[in-house]
Parts: sequence; C-alpha cells; structure tokens
Amino acid sequence: MAVDGGPELVQLLTPEGERVEHPNYALDPTPDQVRGWYRDLVLVRRFDTEATALQRQGELGLWASLLGQEATQIGSGRALAPGDFVFPTFREHGVGWCRDIDPLQVLGLFRGTTNGGWNPLEHNMALYTIVIGDQVPHAVGYAMGLTFDGASDACVVYFGDGATSQGDVNEGFIWGSVFNAPVVFFCTNNQWAISEPSERQTRIPLYRRAAGFGFPGIRVDGNDIFAVYAVTQAALAAAREGQGPTLIESFTYRMGAHTTSDDPTRYRSGAELEIWKHRDPIERVKSYLARNGHADSRWFAAVEAEGDELAERLRTGCRALEAPAATAMFDNIYATPHPRITEQREQLVDYLASFVTPAGSR
Amino acid sequence: MAVLTMSKALNLGLRRAMERDDRVLLMGQDIGRLGGVFRVTDSLQKDFGDSRVIDTPLAESSILGAAIGLAMRGFRPVCEIQFDGFVFPAFDQITAQLAKHRARSSGATPMPIVVRIPYGGGIGAVEHHSESPEAYFAHTPGLRVVTPGDPASAFVMIQQAIASADPVIFLEPKRRYWDKAEVADSSELASSPELFSAQVVRVGTDLTLATYGPMVRTCLQAADAAAAEGKSLEVIDLRSVSPLDIETLATSVERTGRLVVVHEAQVSFGVGAEIAARITQQCFYHLLAPVLRVGGYDVPYPPSRIESHYLPDLDRVLDSVDSSLAY
Repeated sequence: MAVDGGPELVQLLTPEGERVEHPNYALDPTPDQVRGWYRDLVLVRRFDTEATALQRQGELGLWASLLGQEATQIGSGRALAPGDFVFPTFREHGVGWCRDIDPLQVLGLFRGTTNGGWNPLEHNMALYTIVIGDQVPHAVGYAMGLTFDGASDACVVYFGDGATSQGDVNEGFIWGSVFNAPVVFFCTNNQWAISEPSERQTRIPLYRRAAGFGFPGIRVDGNDIFAVYAVTQAALAAAREGQGPTLIESFTYRMGAHTTSDDPTRYRSGAELEIWKHRDPIERVKSYLARNGHADSRWFAAVEAEGDELAERLRTGCRALEAPAATAMFDNIYATPHPRITEQREQLVDYLASFVTPAGSR
Repeated sequence: MAVLTMSKALNLGLRRAMERDDRVLLMGQDIGRLGGVFRVTDSLQKDFGDSRVIDTPLAESSILGAAIGLAMRGFRPVCEIQFDGFVFPAFDQITAQLAKHRARSSGATPMPIVVRIPYGGGIGAVEHHSESPEAYFAHTPGLRVVTPGDPASAFVMIQQAIASADPVIFLEPKRRYWDKAEVADSSELASSPELFSAQVVRVGTDLTLATYGPMVRTCLQAADAAAAEGKSLEVIDLRSVSPLDIETLATSVERTGRLVVVHEAQVSFGVGAEIAARITQQCFYHLLAPVLRVGGYDVPYPPSRIESHYLPDLDRVLDSVDSSLAY
C-alpha cells in the first residue's frame, strides 16, 4: 500500500493544519488568499458531491469524482497565471473551476449533451481528454509554440499515475526535455488506476523518473494546498524563465471510485481509506484558518450556504441541459462542407420528417 | 515552367506555402539537415531555420500530438511520417484526437494540419515500407485524404492541403517521386482545380478507369495499350479519397456504362468497395457491367521479390477491362 509519501514529500501544512517550513518553498499567503482557497475547496467538493448524486438519479451517464484531490487541483489551478494554458484529463473539475469554466459546462460531457463543453481558447484550458495520456504531447506542442512565439506564458498538463505507463506520456517527457519546452508535467498520483495500484505502474517513486528524462522531479503532498500551490508556482516560474519542464508528482488519494461505474470495494481495503481520511485536504485548511483567527464559524457557515446555492443551481441547471438536435452530430466535423456529411444530414432530416409523428421530437 | 520530379515539385510547393504563411511549420524525422529520406524537404531548414523545419525525436505519436498543440496555438504544422508503415504509432493521435478535435470544440479550435506520408510499393523496399493505408483514414470522419498522381498536381495540391482548415492526410506515391513533368511555379492556387475534385486525365468512351496516386500512370499506360486494340478508356484521377468526387465519376460512368477501380491497397473494404457501392446506387440503370476492382490481394504486403505479383500492373488492369467489356 502506497500511503507514505516518504522523506522527500514537500509539505507546508500538516494534516493537523500546522504550518511547516520547507527550505525550497517559502510561502506566505495572505489570509484572504487562504480563505479564497478554502472556499474553492469546499465549493468544488460540493460540485463533485452533487454531480455524483445527479449520476445516481440518472441525470448523468457517468461521473468521475475528484473527491480527495481538491487541494491538488485548486492548489495547482490557482498557481496559474491568466495566460497559462491547461491540458486536463477528465477529472480536473477543480482546475476548470479555477479557469472560470462553469460546472454546468463540465456536466454536459457526462450528461451526453456534448462531446466538449467549453471554448478552450476562451478559458485557456483544453477539453477533457479521455484516452489516457493523449494530452501530454498536445501540451508539449503548445509549449513549443509558446517558445516560437516568444511568449512569457507556460503550460500545465495533468495526467494520472496510470498514465505514466503510456507511451505518449513518456514521449511527451522526451519532447519537453529536448525542446526545453515551458511545460509543467503534473502527475496526480491518486494511487489507483481504476483497480490497479501504482505498484503496477512503477517500481520507483514516479517523481524520480524525471531524472532519466533530464529535468527536475518533485513529490508534493497533494492534500496540502499550500505545498501544491508553492511547488506549481515554482515549476511555472522555472518554465517561464527558460529552464524547461518539471515533473510534479502530487501524492494524493482517490477517495471515491474511479467513476460512478466502478466498485473499489472489490480491490482495495477500508484501512487504506481510513489513513487517507485523516489527511483530508479541506479539514487542514479549516483548522489553519480557525487556529489563526482568520475565519470564524459564521464565515464557515456562509461558505457552506454558498455551497448549498451552488448545489441547487447545478441540480436545476443540469436537468435543463437539453439534448441538442439530432442533426447536431453533423456540425463542425469539417471547416468547409464535406459532401458525405451534407448528404447524410439531409438524409436524416428527410427520414425524421417521413414519420407521421416527428421521430426527432422524442 | 520547369521540368521537375514529384519530389522537387513537393519541395517547391512546401517552400511556397512557407513563404506565404509564416505559421507553416514542418515537423518530422530527418527532414532538416538531411532533407528527408526522399529529399522532399531538401534545403528548407537551411532557408527557414530549425524552428520552422523541425527534426523531431523518433516518436510518431508525438509528431501528431505536438502538432495538435501547435495548431491550438495557431500554427499550421505539416508533419512528415517517414514511411507508410510507421504511421500506426500515430494512429491514435490521428483518429482519436486530430479527427475529432474540431467537432468537440464546436469549431473553436480548427486543426489545419497536414500529414505527409510516402505510401505504396514498387520500390523493392523491406517490410513496412510499401503499404497503402488510405482506407483507414478515409473511414475516419474529420479527416480529408488526398493523393497526387503527377508532379504538377503534387505542387499545387500540397499548397492547397496546407491552406485547408481541416486536417489532410497527404499520401505521396513514393514510386512516383522521381517521375518528371512540367510544373508551372506560377500556378495560381485559386484557379487550379479544387483540391477535393477528381480530374479526367484521359477522355474515352468504352469504359472508365478510376484510380489515384501511383496507379494513375499505370492506368494511363493501360489506356494507351487498350487504344492500340481499338478500346477507348477514360481515366479519372480521383486525387481525393475523402471526400470522393462521385459526381465527376458518375458523369463519366453514365457515358461509358462500365467502371473499373484500380488501387494498390488490398481490395476488401477498400476505396474501390466504397466506389462500387456508390456508383451502383447512383448509376444503376446506366451500368452495363458490375463495377470491378483491381487492387492488392488481401494479404500482408509481400516480400519485395514477389511484390510485382501483388501490385496491379498494366496486364492486370487490362484483364479486368476485358472482363468488364465481356459482360
């Protein structure tokens, strides 16, 4: 069981909510900033809880829960500068939150009303990628483009521990390295790739793989938003300064199932879950805020109330996400008309119109 | 007007496209100092620099993957896959990512990427260097698939493909790289035949031969030989496999009543099968014989010492022509 991050784990806030110093990562966030993080953490967890419930109610076909990974996502997401570009997996709902993507836009993919959801160029965040690891070369290409353009931005690509076994991810490491691309390789090691533990992907800690590719690797406490923020910010700064890629291994835990279709009781122990419950990414920030007098119970209650409002908006909004017209499947496949598509769209329209009661109205 | 090989014509076309638009980048293995294994990119790195003519690591999947990221950033990457048989590591990025990208983003992130692939056999190469993968790509919505049959078309078509807002699989018939013909450098793209249009390259009345890429020359030779026997064959260079210019083909078949489709690729589930189905549907009452197909056998590409038995040649084309005429 991989439960211990080891001595090289970068941590700035203990599970008990106590600040600890790290020689390489000085961080002194303002109370406002930490309150903002706390609000983000609570709201994305609420978003996630609500989405799981909506799946159970049949409103979503599937949901990939981020439970337990809130600090990993918000910490890294908040470290981004506006011009930075993000390439996500299909679980970075919290990063999308930081990129001002409305949770309802995320739900469309899982409800089956769209295969996308948002304009990547409007939010500087690519669409979700479901084929494991495919987005890593995309990010490297984008980062090469940043260099060619002389831009001062960087790019972050997320992937999981399972993805580190994919060829594309390893190719991406090589490309990022030899082209010295301004890219941060952000590995969310949540210990489980559906049912396969990280031991099935690697026999060394994942962050150490970076050495073989020629760039730094860092293992950070993925449940510590202070540390994730600091480490990501440093990696982005290095990328912008022309130092090339960094591999961040965010050591965390997938508290829920892989997706709503999965049953983790078949392959992992409750004892492991218990250990990680004590490392909850939100509780420690709450303790920190309370202990330092940065927030009181009224403030915490207000955040909870905001969560209730969000949940209500998601429930209503999700149910209102309508299926597009049947002919939408023919939209935007090509930039200029393609005769086969044009012809088949017309066929479908005619076919639907041939029913006495319109078939498309169901 | 200059006499150029297809390789030189492609080189000149790439040069013109790069001069016209500084967002055009070339990426591939050995395309820089070496100029590509077929010299199609000869001298381009010297003239445009190594940020525009990029020698990549030996990783086909990432050539495509990185091109997708570059396209999101507003570049127009032209990827070279060194040989047909090496495109398969990139198959996932092409079919799962590139082809779907535009639709998924509702058109927000177009993918003006060209994938150049030398394809086909007939050069005595070792395994994995002689394949014809066009049907895989033509089967994938979101891609366009074109292939020139002669140097003049190659010069214009590569520039049109680069200008296309959609991803284009650009198949280069490698055994025709050294074919020479007159190429007009002054060709205006706007007044050239549209990229996705078929061209009647020889007019005839008795039967239509539909073909593309390396088989265009073979079919023209077959038409010459048939003419000596008093048979008039019309030859159509399809040029585009996706979309297919069925109208040009149907117009011809409605006149001749007979169609033979010729390609190097294995016949089953291939481009010929698609054409046969569509022409049968569209020209049913005009057909005097079933649509016939001449192509590779349904076997892995054979060792080069027997590839001449696999590849359609003049005799096999004429054999099918006779079969069709005998109906």
